[in-house]
Amino acid sequence: MTTRPIAVVGASAAGITAVEALRRAGWTGPLTLIGDEPHLPYDRPPLSKQLLHGAWEPARLLLRTAEQLAPLDLDLRLGTRATGLDVATRTLTLDDGQRLACAGVIIATGVAARTLPAADGLTGVFTLRTLDDALALRDRLSGPARRLVVVGNGVLGCEAAAVARELGHEVTLVGREPVPMAAAVGPGIGELLADEHRARGVRLVTGDVAAFETASETADATADRPAQVDGVRLADGSLLAADLVLLAIGSEPAVGWLADPALDTADGLGCDAYCAAAPGIYAAGDVARWEHPVHGRPLRFEHRMNATEQAMAAARNLVAELTAEAAAHGTAEAGADGARPPERQPFAPVPYFWSDQYGLKLQAYGLTTGADQVQTTVLDRDARRAVALFGRAGRAVGVLACALPPRQLRALRALVATPLPWEEARDRVREATTAG
Amino acid sequence: MTGRTGRPTVPTDPHGATAMKITLDADKCCAAGQCVLIAPDVFDQRDEDGVVVLLDAAPPAEQHAAVREAAAICPAAVIEVQE
Repeated sequence: MTTRPIAVVGASAAGITAVEALRRAGWTGPLTLIGDEPHLPYDRPPLSKQLLHGAWEPARLLLRTAEQLAPLDLDLRLGTRATGLDVATRTLTLDDGQRLACAGVIIATGVAARTLPAADGLTGVFTLRTLDDALALRDRLSGPARRLVVVGNGVLGCEAAAVARELGHEVTLVGREPVPMAAAVGPGIGELLADEHRARGVRLVTGDVAAFETASETADATADRPAQVDGVRLADGSLLAADLVLLAIGSEPAVGWLADPALDTADGLGCDAYCAAAPGIYAAGDVARWEHPVHGRPLRFEHRMNATEQAMAAARNLVAELTAEAAAHGTAEAGADGARPPERQPFAPVPYFWSDQYGLKLQAYGLTTGADQVQTTVLDRDARRAVALFGRAGRAVGVLACALPPRQLRALRALVATPLPWEEARDRVREATTAG
Repeated sequence: MTGRTGRPTVPTDPHGATAMKITLDADKCCAAGQCVLIAPDVFDQRDEDGVVVLLDAAPPAEQHAAVREAAAICPAAVIEVQE
């Protein structure tokens, strides 16, 4: 009797972690990993840091070597896109027309960079999500100084602006919000980062993009060549001259291929506390929105740490479900080799994210977005050293530090792991930051 | 490995009897500290920048499950485990 495969859709950090975790959890049946990019699984955070800078080459980003992949005995399908999923039969459709009936599916398709329709077809306009995106932009940043306009002053835009500035380019960072990264780090630490970007020579502009200007010789309607961007027009009428434009305006969860009405795809793929979207269908990573059992509301994180943690949880829970299914049907083919049947566990992580800009490291535990109060303690303004505590509904839910030794921040993680009352957590931050 | 011959294995650590060797690519470390949270007897962080420090490159069997977890969870893929 042939066993149906488990298919993992998406071959980035969550996908590769999921297939390894499935094997560790005891899945010995066929295992298919499907990725739409042609590359072996690689790591994304360095794309806007070491890779863009030129400090690392693409090989350094590989998450596993071919030798490390071999023991997983994968049916690895790179350059392949899943185009549909029938939930009731757990059957995937692929872009080569194949249909794949599965025992279980883990969806880890991530997100795609958001773009602006006005930029369609222009040369000199970039996004930064994939390795190919990053290499194309790096190629343009490796030569003489150019005028780069970064549209979007969130984490990605700020990291790319820092790298381009370090490489000697003339950088303008445009955002709708006056304080960069404010949604992720709060206004106080956002102001410190703004100071650092200005001190390094980045021009910070607040505004909304209205249009892209193109060089007159290529804007000729008779020219075959695509028009070359040479400026960004803002809604207030001002013009930012540009040789290159990076769009860093957020992302869209890659759920367009999931049309089955049994799935909730309102903001990513909706899952329960076990990361299950439907029986036998799980999700992990940037695409997955799930009910966090501690915070009691649906959350979705585009953080590298969450990709691995959630993939491990989804894989364990899927194997547990299939083991229970097999036991209920009186077959023993699925599941772990051990005597103790595994049980599904709710996924209740303490989220973590970091960012590197110039020499500054930002690190956060817990939730920093969606806070209803933020208290920022600036420890050293010149060194940009600061700690911020984030609260929601009277409890401390997140803690973030800039330029603080990581061990010191790790000591504060416990304040938000099981959210403490706001005043108690605030006092403990004060004690920890005035002690030494 | 006794799954088919009757005696139950320990599912959390099926390779417990084998030796383990850990190597680090510390230049890639992003100082998340997750390895220290999971396996504090095996990993630590430098005071100044939080970069990982290996306390025990060949940890005893009771640490193996935690080390595998730490290697899997590391967000910079720094930890390599051979066993």
